[in-house]
Order: sequence, then C-alpha cells, then structure tokens
Amino acid sequence: MNARPLLSVKGVTKRFGGLVAVSNMSFDVAVHEMVGVIGPNGSGKTTMMNMISGAFKPTDGRIALKGRAISEMAAQNIARAGVGRTFQLVRLLPGLSVLENVIAGAVYGHRRRWGREAEDFAHDMLAKLGMDDQAGAPISSLTYIDQKRVELARTLAGEPEILLLDEWLAGLNPTELATGIELIHALRDEGRTIVLVEHVMDAVRSLCDRCVVMSSGAKIAEGAPSEVLSDPGVIRAYLGDDDA
Amino acid sequence: MLDILVSGLLLSGTYALVAMGLNLQYGVARIMNLANGEILVLGALAAFWLYTTAQLSPLLTVVLVAPISFVGNWLIYRFLLTPLVRRSKSQGALEVDSILATFGMSFVIIGVMVSIEGGFFAYNYLSEPISVLGSTTSLNRLIAFLIALAIGTALYLWLNLSRSGVAVRAVSVSTEASGLVGINVARVSAMAFALGGAITAVGGALISTFITLDASIGVVFTLKALIIIIMGGVGDIRGAIIAAVILGVVETTVASVIDPGLTLAAAYLIFILVLLFRPQGLFGRKPA
Amino acid sequence: MKPASWTELGIAAILVFLAATVPTFANGYWLSIGVTAMMYVALATSWALFSGPTHYISLATGAFFGVGGYLVGTGMSDYQQPFWLMAVISPFIGAVLAALIGLATLRLSGVYFVIFTLGLAEMIRNVVSWVQNNFLGSRGLYVLTDLRDQHIYWLLLAVAALVYLLGWIISRSRLGFSLRIIGGDETVARHVGINTATAKVILFTTTGFFAALVGALIAPRWSYIEPNQVFSPQLSFLVVIMALLGGAGRLWGPLVGVIPFTILWEWVAIQFPNQSTLFLGLAFLLIVYVLPHGVVGRLEELRARVRGNP
Repeated sequence: MNARPLLSVKGVTKRFGGLVAVSNMSFDVAVHEMVGVIGPNGSGKTTMMNMISGAFKPTDGRIALKGRAISEMAAQNIARAGVGRTFQLVRLLPGLSVLENVIAGAVYGHRRRWGREAEDFAHDMLAKLGMDDQAGAPISSLTYIDQKRVELARTLAGEPEILLLDEWLAGLNPTELATGIELIHALRDEGRTIVLVEHVMDAVRSLCDRCVVMSSGAKIAEGAPSEVLSDPGVIRAYLGDDDA
Repeated sequence: MLDILVSGLLLSGTYALVAMGLNLQYGVARIMNLANGEILVLGALAAFWLYTTAQLSPLLTVVLVAPISFVGNWLIYRFLLTPLVRRSKSQGALEVDSILATFGMSFVIIGVMVSIEGGFFAYNYLSEPISVLGSTTSLNRLIAFLIALAIGTALYLWLNLSRSGVAVRAVSVSTEASGLVGINVARVSAMAFALGGAITAVGGALISTFITLDASIGVVFTLKALIIIIMGGVGDIRGAIIAAVILGVVETTVASVIDPGLTLAAAYLIFILVLLFRPQGLFGRKPA
Repeated sequence: MKPASWTELGIAAILVFLAATVPTFANGYWLSIGVTAMMYVALATSWALFSGPTHYISLATGAFFGVGGYLVGTGMSDYQQPFWLMAVISPFIGAVLAALIGLATLRLSGVYFVIFTLGLAEMIRNVVSWVQNNFLGSRGLYVLTDLRDQHIYWLLLAVAALVYLLGWIISRSRLGFSLRIIGGDETVARHVGINTATAKVILFTTTGFFAALVGALIAPRWSYIEPNQVFSPQLSFLVVIMALLGGAGRLWGPLVGVIPFTILWEWVAIQFPNQSTLFLGLAFLLIVYVLPHGVVGRLEELRARVRGNP
C-alpha cells in the first residue's frame, strides 16, 4: 500500500444532541483503491459520508485528504479540494436540463471549466455513462437509473480525486442493477479512488478491494470482502444475536 | 428601574401568548403566516368596536373572538393554504408560496379593516392605576397579563398531557413519522393552524385594552412574534416565554430611557444579535 | 434566470432607444406616469437579479430606496452638499448596508432573510426620524435642483438600461449559473463547489446599490423630503408584485409586469384612494393562485403545450 493514504479518517465522532451517530471511526483509503463501507441500517454509514463531504462537521476527530485536514472546511471547499459525491436519494436540479446539470459539476469543482470547454466535457461525461443522447432532455422525463447516471456524470465532471457513492445501486431493478454494477466496474478500471456505501452484497464482493463494517456508529471489522463477510461478529450485527 | 421591569414583564405576557399562536402555525402546520399580525389586529378591532358600540367588555369579547377566529383560520387553512401544501414540491417552495399568499391575505384584511375603522382603535377600559410589587401600572395591563398567563398554561398542559396535544407535538417533530403512526396529519395541521389563529386574536383583544392600535399596525406584531419564536427556537414554548420577557423588558427600557419611537429598532437589535450568535434559538442545539 | 441571448440584448437596446424618445411627445400626466414606470422598471429588474433565481423574497427595496432619497435630502439640506455628489455616494452606502444585512442573514435559511427585510424600511425610518429630530433639527429636507421630469426620466432609463446590461452579463456568467443552481438545491450547490453565501451576498448587494441609486435620483421629483415619505414599506411590496406578475424567471420578465401594473395602480389610487391596500392584497393572491410563474411563465407554458411537449 502507498505510503500516504489519499483519504484518512482518524477517531471521528458525530453526536446529534445526546445521540452518538458515529463513534471513533478510523480508516484509510489509498489511491486507486475501492473501499466499501457496509453495515446494517442506521449504523452511521451515511453520516460518515456526510462528514467526509462536509455536509456535517465531525464533533471530534480528523479527516484528511492527501494529508490536508478537511474536517473543518465548508462543503464547497471540500468539493474544490477534490471530494465528489452522489446522494442516497438522487439530487438533481429540476429547473436545468440534463446537460446543464452535468455542467454544474464541471464549473465549480476540483478542476474548473467554463463555456465551450465545460460543455464539451459534460458531453464526454454523459457519453461515458451512455446518456449523451438525452443531453437536451428535461430532468422530469428521466427514469430513476438515468437520474442516477446524470448525478454520477455531474460528480465525475468535477474530476474529483475521490468519489463517494452513497447507496448508488439502491432502488434499481435487477436489469438496472447489472448495468449499474458494470458502470462502477468501469470506473474502477479507470483507476478511480472510490468509497462506496452499499447494501448490495454481491456488488460489494465483486467491486471492493477492502470493506469497513460499521454497526451502531462504530467500526466492527475491516478487511477483504470475503473475509469480513464471513466474520461471525459482522453476521451477528446484520442478523442479530439469535441467528448467530 | 422597577417600573420598567414590571411593565416589561406584563407586556411580555401577551407577547408570549401571540408567539405561541404563531408557533402552532409555523411549527406544526408549517405555514409561515405573515398575516398573523392582522388576525391580532382583527381581534383588537372586535374588542374596540363591541366596546364602543355595545359597551361589551373586552373580556367578554375574548370569549366571542376565540371560536370565530378558530373557524375563520380553519377555513383559511382548508381552502387557501391546503392547495399550496399539496402543490409544493419542497418545504422551500411551500415557504415562498405561503409567504406570498399570507401577504395577500394580510393586505386584504387591512383593506377591510380600514373600511370599518380608518383611525385609531382608542378606548378606555379599566385604565385605573394599580400598584404591583411597589410599582404603579394600570389594571388592564395586569388583567391582560393574567389572562394570557392562564391561556398559556392551559395550552401548555393540553400539549403535554392530552392525547390530541401529543398528536400536535408529534406532527411538529415529523409529518412523515406522524402519518406512519396513524395521526391524521392534515387534520392536526388544520387544527393547529386554527388554534394558533384563535390564540392570536385573543391576544389582540387583550392588547387593545392597553395599547392603542390601528388597522395597519399588524406587521409590527407579526415581526415581534417571529423574533420571539426565532429567539426561543421554533416549537420551544419555554424558549418563547423567556424570549418574550427579554423582548418586553428591552422594548420597555428603550421606550422609557431613550425614545418610544425606537422600540422596533430595539427589537431589530435583539434580532441581529440572535441571528449572529444563537441562530438555533436560546436553548436550541447547534444544528448539524 | 436562463442565460440571455444576443437577440434579447439587441431588442433591449431598441427598446431603450424608443423609451428615450417618450419625453419628446409625452408630457404632464403621461410623462409623470413614465417616470414612475421607469423607476419601477429599474427597481423590479434589479430585485429579480437576486430574488428571481434564489427565490428569496426580499422586502428590503423600500429601505435601500429610502436610504438613497434620505441621503440626498440630508446631504443637501443639512450639509449643503451638491445633488450629484450625494447621488454618487448614496448607492455605495446602500450597497454596504445590503452587504451587512446579507452577511448577517443569508448564511441562514431563507425565512430569516424574509422576516428580517419585512420590517427593515420601517425600522430605518424610525431611527432616521429619531436622529433627525434629536440631532439635526426637525426641519424638512429640501432637494432643489434644475432637474425636470424628463431629465429624471432619462436618468432612470439609464439606470434601468445599466441594470439590464449587468443582468445580461451576470446571466451568462459563472455567478449567474451558480445562482440557478442555488435556487434549485442549495445542498447540491455546495457539493459541486459553489460558495453559496458569497454568491447570494454579491447579488443582494447589487440590488441594494441600485435601489439606493434610484431613490437618490428620484428625490428631486419631490423637492421636499420627509423620512415618512421615502421609507415606504408599500414600495417594497409593489416591486415584488410587479416583478412576480411579469415573471422573475427571465431578465425581461419584470418589465412585462411593471408597465400594466403602474397604469392600473395609478387608476386604483385615483378611483379608490382608500382601498389601495385591498388591491395590493388581491394582486398577491392573484399571483400565488393564478400566475405562480408570472405572465411570462404562463406564456412559455402555453408555447410548450402548442409545440406538444408538456
């Protein structure tokens, strides 16, 4: 593994009032690595993503990108530093066309473009995800997976150094799911660094180099997917004590 | 000094009551009702008009005004605001729509009130002096304070102890979750909105016994109620009471020490300080 | 606000040229309506620069307008300064005031901003009256200049043209695009790297600048100024209505609302002098329930329907 991780999470805790959503989480992500963050519902995975992207500030701990602390930065500065994300429930801009939605990602992101250049680049991103034929369409005419593709294209348009995918495969039907997994595979083959929150275990097994398992806000296991998914502690966290 | 404290405290009683009314409308029904002040002035106009034409005591008017305002506000919610709630795609869109719609309503109400009484709602009711805690004030202020206190306490107990009160509080926390546990969110919202309107109108009738109002003064009261809610934290009754006391005392201090024309400026000063330092409210937790 | 095209700029240039000829054939009553309309064109267009894309209903127009008018009055009467100097200074003071208000409120939710601007004109009026009465002497403020109605008209036309040009440039810039994203979803805006607070404050400051400038330039029309007259809360509401009636989604939308509404409003003021507030209320209700996207939005809907793509 590389000497310095691209993303490093150290001792991060998040409290909402009296509730501890994430407690003392630590993990690293190396360049070109694909890390899965898994765990039962309510275990704090999305909160963890929100802290990396700057939607929430951690109560405690430190998050660093290439050695530079980002945990105290505002979301827009974290995005500019090179963190791109998709949302658990797709968030597109309904007043803008498909192409404009993607341009939005190219203009203010990590690598910034404007005018013709931004437009061309947005077309490239749409083409990569097989969406360029719908560039002029309004958002309301898209199917769910196409909305997810547009959101992903918008994120890629900012050329982030690290990509956070929050349950990108959730809500897709079996055919769409196969397409979705293929898409993420393609991103992986490009050598992108990705953190993936996911419930679809087949996808996690085939895509991730490494998994971090969360339960009740804390890390309970970390390692290769096959190892981690057969760990009795992890199975207990998913299925409850009785079944273990 | 004592005089300022006593009259500030007495004033804050009705302020807190009016803020509770608006809190029900914003916190539960999620309507930013900028016509709230006009409902208050309508209550005041009723008290003034019934007193000058029929010598009806404002304290009896209160009993009349409450159910009328309840029904009126229920109709407003049901027929004017529900369509906006239905068509809105997000809380933000609903906010813009309800702000514009309630502006419209407030101006219509002002227009109607001006045609009934274009001047000041001036009348004398129980204005004899009385001594409270060694400070001289007028009887009407004291009575208004006591009634506000009684209504506020009743409301607090109802919200915390009764079944329907708990439903109201549940909706204020989350409309989705309340719907899932079988609460009729639309009905509870309409009821909260109507109740808020009734309380506001009662507050107006009470205020009119010791402050002379006119048809166009409503916006000032809307603003004060909003400042109290923001200072106290949306949905926080304890916070609203303390915020009302702060506003009442600061206003009275500025009015008697500097100039009565600067009470609104004093309210704004508090508002700015809250926005800069405690935007989550006095007791609110820092939002994530 | 969608990016405006060169065609739109060309049409605007022709309209400005045509509008400039109005004082050569209109005078008296119609010229005075022209001055009022031009004032609202400038105010509503600059209002929509900020509130159109962000959907933040600003009611601060009356406050900035009043600051402009009052500064001209007090500068000329209390400090014997020339009109032109005050007309140049006041928009900058309006801009500073707007920037401070923006910094305090625009970091937070939109509701706080609306509430803050709601009583702003009234509050500033109270403070100004107090200062005037206690420190400067309560005599009236005279604004005596050689400017006639047609000169004021041309000045306001120049401001309106400038606002339009600026809006045209902004709508094609990164800043304009970022405001459309903010209006769509502020969370997304932040996550694609937009500094949302800065963008909003810049635009709000711009509207404060122009509202104060309009207030300063129109002051000579009254010759005699009282704080009660220039800090009019009603002005803020009229600007909102006119901009929304036309449609704040397009740069030229407010223009469509201003001209008919100004004429209608003059008629109401003469026919029903005591019922103007009632009409104001009905106009708001009309916008919310019948024309939520303004006349322009309704026309575009119809055009889309005719083309067959709903």
